[in-house]
Amino acid sequence: MLGARRLLILGGIALALLGMGYGMWYAIFLEHQELGSIGGALEAGFSASAQRNAAAADAALKEYRELKYGYDRHVDVHGHWIGLAMLLILLGIAYDRVEFSERVKLFLATGLLLGSFLFPLGVLFQTFSHDSGPRGLAVMGSALIIASLGGMTVGFARARKSV
Amino acid sequence: MILVGMLVGDIFAVFVLHQNASKVGAGLTAAAHAAVAGDSKGVLASFETTGGLLENRGTKVDTHVHMIAFGYLALMLAILQPWVAVSEETKKKLACIFMLGAGLLPVGVFLIHYVGLAYSPLESIGWASIAADFGGLMVMVATLGYLVGLGKRFQLKENVQLRDNLLEDRSIAGRILLAGGLSLVLLGFVHGAYYAGVDLYKHEQLDFSLLSQMSAGATANDAGMVDSALGQYAQLGGDKAVKIAAHAHAIEFGLLAILLAFFQPYVRFRESWKSRWVWVLLFGSLLLPVCVLLELNFGLLAGGLADAGGLLVIIALLAMWIGIVRYTGEIDLAVHTPEETR
Repeated sequence: MLGARRLLILGGIALALLGMGYGMWYAIFLEHQELGSIGGALEAGFSASAQRNAAAADAALKEYRELKYGYDRHVDVHGHWIGLAMLLILLGIAYDRVEFSERVKLFLATGLLLGSFLFPLGVLFQTFSHDSGPRGLAVMGSALIIASLGGMTVGFARARKSV
Repeated sequence: MILVGMLVGDIFAVFVLHQNASKVGAGLTAAAHAAVAGDSKGVLASFETTGGLLENRGTKVDTHVHMIAFGYLALMLAILQPWVAVSEETKKKLACIFMLGAGLLPVGVFLIHYVGLAYSPLESIGWASIAADFGGLMVMVATLGYLVGLGKRFQLKENVQLRDNLLEDRSIAGRILLAGGLSLVLLGFVHGAYYAGVDLYKHEQLDFSLLSQMSAGATANDAGMVDSALGQYAQLGGDKAVKIAAHAHAIEFGLLAILLAFFQPYVRFRESWKSRWVWVLLFGSLLLPVCVLLELNFGLLAGGLADAGGLLVIIALLAMWIGIVRYTGEIDLAVHTPEETR
């Protein structure tokens, strides 16, 4: 089995394990507590409004916004790591049909694997910091994925009709 | 697993999810109106009901999604089996662990809403969650085993070239499916990136500002302001839903097309007909997400076209299935030596 295909298949399975491990850790240690807190903050906001306490309502809704922001990203990280892992495995299986030199194929495979790891990692870092750094990492990861997939699509389309 | 996951998803959609969605909307409306009326107990009661509805919905969607994802992963691992350098006995054990875990996790997730925290030794995690997590652990152990097996294969000095006729097929239909499938995945990605860059933060900000508007309206005893925010909140939900659905469907149909490329040698039609069905599948796979995206602007017309796209995918899949049923085994015979086939 050649290097690029090996990279995609082994990298894909490793990424699937990372996504599953992260999902399990999140489900056990954070998810239930976070969901409870999100509901609690929303309820506290509306209860404060019922008591005509605008400041308390505002504070509770701001807490809701922060919690929801984190929750959406945690779930996205889990889903995207595993989804991208399956794409890597599938492309690894079909990779001998990409009509490029082994060097170009290795370059595209490395870009896709790196992007698939970095894009959800950037999303994960957004839960720690709202700065532009994590967003930049996510954008860079997704750009790598899109460029690599574009190259592979051309490679598949160029494939010779044989056998 | 894919079939059960899809079936379960359909049943949930028809009997639970749609009714549930309107009840969730009604719950939020009731909470906002209770806040306008200064009724704190009413707010609490509405959110308790809505929380239960959301848990019911969330666990059912998770059950459906995990079943289908595990099914896809199992199919891919099955294709990789010849490259996994462990004994047949170990392969069987790994497959059993994987399938048991892949079955246990969705069942556990499904039961979370019904079992709750009954007899649980933990503060916030019930027995159903514990079972689901154990299922996830089993899947991880099996997948790790396959990774080790593949790693061992790559370390072998005599790197035996394994031949598989399915993987060596270079027909036009297979090529179109691979390039078309990957194009769909790419399209889904580009749309996802656009959504993340342009809409995601706007949606999150709007979500907060509409809830704030409801809260401010309730504090000021202004029912009109609350109702206006509730209406916009429902529209926001619809906007988010169609954009995420378009992104997910394009990628999922793309993955399906790539998987189908491997099975084209088994589809027993003339090459021209195989190509036609492939184009029908790809056209439907493109039509559905594009029209889902247009639903907010063009309403039922776009919705109808999206359904037509889904129908085209189903028809093409059915045609390929018939082609596979017509297959008489010539490829499998060809891989055996004359001595073996005598």
